[in-house]
Amino acid sequence: MSASPVLKIEGLRTDFRIGRHAISAVDDIDLVIPAGETLALVGESGSGKSVTARSVMRLLPRKLGMIAAGSVWFTGKDGQTRDLTKLDEDAMRSVRGREIGMVFQEPMTSLNPVFTVGEQIAEPLRVHSGATHSAALRTAIELIGRVGIPDPAKRAQQYPHELSGGMRQRITIAMALVCDPVLLIADEPTTALDVTIQAEILELLRKLQRERKMAMLFVTHNLGVVAEIAQRVAVMYAGRIVETGPVAEVFAAPRHPYTIGLLHSLPRLGQGSAMRRAGVRLPSIPGVMASIADMPKGCQFAPRCGFAADPCRVEIPPLAEVAAQRRARCIRWREIAA
Amino acid sequence: MLALSRKTASPLARAAGRFVHNRAALFGLALLIPALLILLSYPVWLADAPNDIDLLALNGEPSWRHLFGTDGVGRDVLSRTLEGGRISLLVSVCSVALSTAVGFIVGAVSAFGGRWADAIAMRTVDLVMTLPPAIFLLVIASIAGAGIWSTVFVIALLSWPVLSRMVRARLFELRERDFVLASRGMGAGMWHLLFRHGLPNSIDILVVYATLQVANAILLEAGLSFLGLGIPPPTASWGNMLNGARSTVVLEQFPWEWLFPGGALVLAVLAINFIGDGLRDAFDPRAELGGS
Repeated sequence: MSASPVLKIEGLRTDFRIGRHAISAVDDIDLVIPAGETLALVGESGSGKSVTARSVMRLLPRKLGMIAAGSVWFTGKDGQTRDLTKLDEDAMRSVRGREIGMVFQEPMTSLNPVFTVGEQIAEPLRVHSGATHSAALRTAIELIGRVGIPDPAKRAQQYPHELSGGMRQRITIAMALVCDPVLLIADEPTTALDVTIQAEILELLRKLQRERKMAMLFVTHNLGVVAEIAQRVAVMYAGRIVETGPVAEVFAAPRHPYTIGLLHSLPRLGQGSAMRRAGVRLPSIPGVMASIADMPKGCQFAPRCGFAADPCRVEIPPLAEVAAQRRARCIRWREIAA
Repeated sequence: MLALSRKTASPLARAAGRFVHNRAALFGLALLIPALLILLSYPVWLADAPNDIDLLALNGEPSWRHLFGTDGVGRDVLSRTLEGGRISLLVSVCSVALSTAVGFIVGAVSAFGGRWADAIAMRTVDLVMTLPPAIFLLVIASIAGAGIWSTVFVIALLSWPVLSRMVRARLFELRERDFVLASRGMGAGMWHLLFRHGLPNSIDILVVYATLQVANAILLEAGLSFLGLGIPPPTASWGNMLNGARSTVVLEQFPWEWLFPGGALVLAVLAINFIGDGLRDAFDPRAELGGS
């Protein structure tokens, strides 16, 4: 019998309270991540990908954001499946860090400036498993070596400001992994790094994931990164998933106009001068994303969509199954496919 | 490789490095440390106890027998000045420890306790800050009575509000920092956040505040004792020594009776303020941007 997936999000809706109104930042999110698999969550700024990731961890801004509907089924180390949205704060705390690790976007600020990095890596271990100081520090030093930092014993005694951005991100990854989580949530872990370091960090994450058979939820806006790291992808637009499926298939034959637009607006290496000579500009998706406070009726992408027709503006299209394991939120996907 | 061989320095060690390059602060330290040693060791090497009476030398001027002279009832001014220093130190350090703890806790409750706790704590701070210190001191001191511990209590009660404001501001800032979010992401609870992240990152505020407040508390204690509401005689304190010397005759004819305790008071406050200023500069995050 196959084990249940590590993470299964069903109909998740997260509301933000702005003034007296509750506004859905993400709505109708369904995601499944089995063990050992990486799901990439892509979308532009404000599409709700980070909110989705933080909803899983229940780390939304206090009193501002709250999970309004849906459930987040999580299967932990003990094999028990629980709904994270129903856990009390104490139980949730023991899940964070121990069962689910998280890597943040900014390695510059996500480390405490007044402690050595070794102590910071050791900290979750001491909090969760009550390991002694020296034992936790030994584990930390071993892990610093595993994330590819030379001379770990010395590095462990250094402070964050003494390390480069890439090294700091390796440290935060080590911190997220120190308790051996079954799920790693990476919220744009490579965005703040330059391209060569990005590639190294992605390679590191892939290697660690393979070794530990972790599931990974990878949030990014970089389609190149998605192709590098993920098996499956979910494209988000204005708080909803608009298309999901295996990365290769989605990229080869997108079924939603937004995905098509995204892929079209990617620059290709070596094409720049040819395009300039031909007087072609890099294509982009016209318009800007609607504000979540002021959503158009019907399909949210319709105002920017070249395929939009009257039926699109009536109601939000369902996430229709377009092929095996593939779904798209567009009522005209058949015409697009053709 | 050369760059890597540089010795690793903690933020605290770097602040200490900046501190020792501050001349005024070093001067303060050079004044304070010997003074402390003398204060703490005087019963060992000084023959006269602060309340011993030498009937052969009433209002005696400084001599080899009594280096700082004697007062109107023949007590040795040197040993009383040193004893007064001990009392001042005891009162100021205890009251500052108390007010720092209260200030930090109120600031923490304000920052982490939610909107209502914040409102209540901050309005209480406003209230305490509006109390005129002199009158408030007199009222409390007359209720609590004179004595070392009631003086400690009165001084502490008056001096925590400013600190709690500063701590609250710092914790608010920290609360939004990524490493606190990351720590919550690792499963840290509120106490952990407060004492592992909040306290170490506010240590600069606390140290500077506490140092400057020690000087302030010494002055307050002297003031209270001078008014007869602090340390009751015959226990020596700089304030009640000055009080005992305030008649015109003493002022004009026996200047050593007020010169030495007054001078000690000025020097102590000055030295501690120099050190406090040095610490403030040393902890200033902008300090490393300028200069070498």
